[in-house]
Amino acid sequence: MPLIDVQQITKVYQLGDVSVKALCAISLKIENGEFIAIMGPSGSGKSTFMNIIGCLDKPTSGRYLFDGSDVGSLGRDELAAIRNKKIGFVFQGFNLLPRTSALENVELPMLYNGVTARERMQRAMSSLKSVGLEGRERHFSNQLSGGQQQRVAVARALVNNAPVILADEPTGNLDTKTSAEIMELFTKLNAEANITIILITHEADIAGYSRRIIKFRDGCIINDERGKNI
Amino acid sequence: MINIPSTLKISFRALRVNKMRSALTMLGIIIGVSAVIAMLAVGKGASQKIADQIASIGSNLLIILPGSTSAGGVRMGAGTQPTLTMGDTEAILREAPAVADVAPDHGGVAQVVYGNQNWATGIRGTTPNFLNVREWQLASGRVFTEQEVKSGAKVCLLGQTVVDNLFGDIDPIGQIVRIKKVPFTVIGVLAPKGQSLTGADQDDIILVPITVAQRQLFGTPFPGMVRIIHVKAKSSEDLPDAERQITQLLRQRHRIGPKQENDFTVRNLTQVMQAREESQRVTSLLLGAIASVSLIVGGIGIMNIMLVSVTERTREIGIRMAVGARTWDIRLQFIIEALTLSLIGGMIGIIIGVGGSKMFSVFAEWPTIISPFYVVLAFCFSGLVGIFFGFYPAYKASLLDPIDALRYE
Repeated sequence: MPLIDVQQITKVYQLGDVSVKALCAISLKIENGEFIAIMGPSGSGKSTFMNIIGCLDKPTSGRYLFDGSDVGSLGRDELAAIRNKKIGFVFQGFNLLPRTSALENVELPMLYNGVTARERMQRAMSSLKSVGLEGRERHFSNQLSGGQQQRVAVARALVNNAPVILADEPTGNLDTKTSAEIMELFTKLNAEANITIILITHEADIAGYSRRIIKFRDGCIINDERGKNI
Repeated sequence: MINIPSTLKISFRALRVNKMRSALTMLGIIIGVSAVIAMLAVGKGASQKIADQIASIGSNLLIILPGSTSAGGVRMGAGTQPTLTMGDTEAILREAPAVADVAPDHGGVAQVVYGNQNWATGIRGTTPNFLNVREWQLASGRVFTEQEVKSGAKVCLLGQTVVDNLFGDIDPIGQIVRIKKVPFTVIGVLAPKGQSLTGADQDDIILVPITVAQRQLFGTPFPGMVRIIHVKAKSSEDLPDAERQITQLLRQRHRIGPKQENDFTVRNLTQVMQAREESQRVTSLLLGAIASVSLIVGGIGIMNIMLVSVTERTREIGIRMAVGARTWDIRLQFIIEALTLSLIGGMIGIIIGVGGSKMFSVFAEWPTIISPFYVVLAFCFSGLVGIFFGFYPAYKASLLDPIDALRYE
């Protein structure tokens, strides 16, 4: 059973009288443990696609099975529960809570699934350790460098043991060296913990870390290529 | 499955970040709660003051005054025409079923001398029933007896003020005082009663048997005349009946024709005072209601700030939603924030309200009574205000679209 099974999904945005088609009948299967890069120019629908598979948005039509369950039939809170337990998000702008320590940022997803305070702390600590931020737990997000902030975001994505990480241009705000470090972290998580990584990127060398590259244009998949790393 | 301790922690942090704003928002609630508490305390103090005065004149009390004289069209006012008699007094007790007790009262002001001290005070000639009618206790000694009234014994009871002025530290019981040069033996001292409704000192008084007052001290235009009759009704429900029965009886006894005016007046002091107490209570409730309007205005302040806060923290809400916060997680977070603001404000308001009332009673010498019930009520009301006015911003926050919220700059 594929982890992500997208069947003929479309997404249409209604902007006043004009309806804009952001996705045209896309079908795609993603297996557990894949490392996928999604590429394409701005407005090609890759972010819309990412929002849908991340359960942040619902398709206009078509079926989306995540881990075997039909996401289209789920309500707001059920989608929130899936995002909480099964999906880790990493964003271009890090999206950490300001004026909040790294530790508390990583604890955040566990606030919403009834983990005890003690266990939250332990899991957040070990998650931060696994992304190489041991000793920085008490730093506030604005006291950390961009690369460190993105590591905190990755730690947050990992802390509920989600099987998949969705990363929307995770290296977009980082320099080349830091980008490489983050990508190596992803590679390591994919190889060692068998975490499915799906990331959006513009850059070919970032996409080069992946083993499958899906290219979008005008809301359609124009290329789905298994890379050399396989 | 909402995590209350961490939600509380989040709320406290959010409030700490904007200290000034939080404090100003709370100010509305602080003013509201303290105003409600202070107003009710002052109002209740005033009611209590009146209730005490009612108790001090004696409950269920009617006073019968003689009518007014008119000399050549000039009417002299209530009490100037001598129409009431000892016979009236006895008849009232005998024939008005709603009446519990009656005491005649005849007297005036006279100089009282003890040793080298002298003091002018009100002398009241009456019967032993007077103490019962006016619910007056003895501090020491005894009351004069019916026998002493009949025989015209020269004994007297002193009010506390008279004792203080004439005797100082000496025990007055058994001493001789001279009233209008007539020697009287002091047989008892009245318990202090304090000020009357009009501020007069009720303890500046000497009670003597009415016969002595009539015959030897003040005289009467005709034998057995009394100036005032004090009547105690059986209960407050019996007051109107007692009033009607007395009026009927006295009209009959004084042979007043159907078209003639009464030559006496019946005053229902208790009713007058109870009306005053009632109006005082209404006033204080009204003040409380006005004060609670400011509490609601404070609540609107909270709503305003919470709406600003939700807008400012749209991105934070988006992040929380992305990592799995459900509708009620977000809603509760903001409701608890509003509740925290209003309850902390409420607590400070209680402190200021209670402290302010105490200061008021010290500096304005006005009794204030802080009722724990109103304090709890004001606190709960401030909490309700917080929840009520916090709900809409929280509801708005929970309905945000996570994608839009995450993109919000």
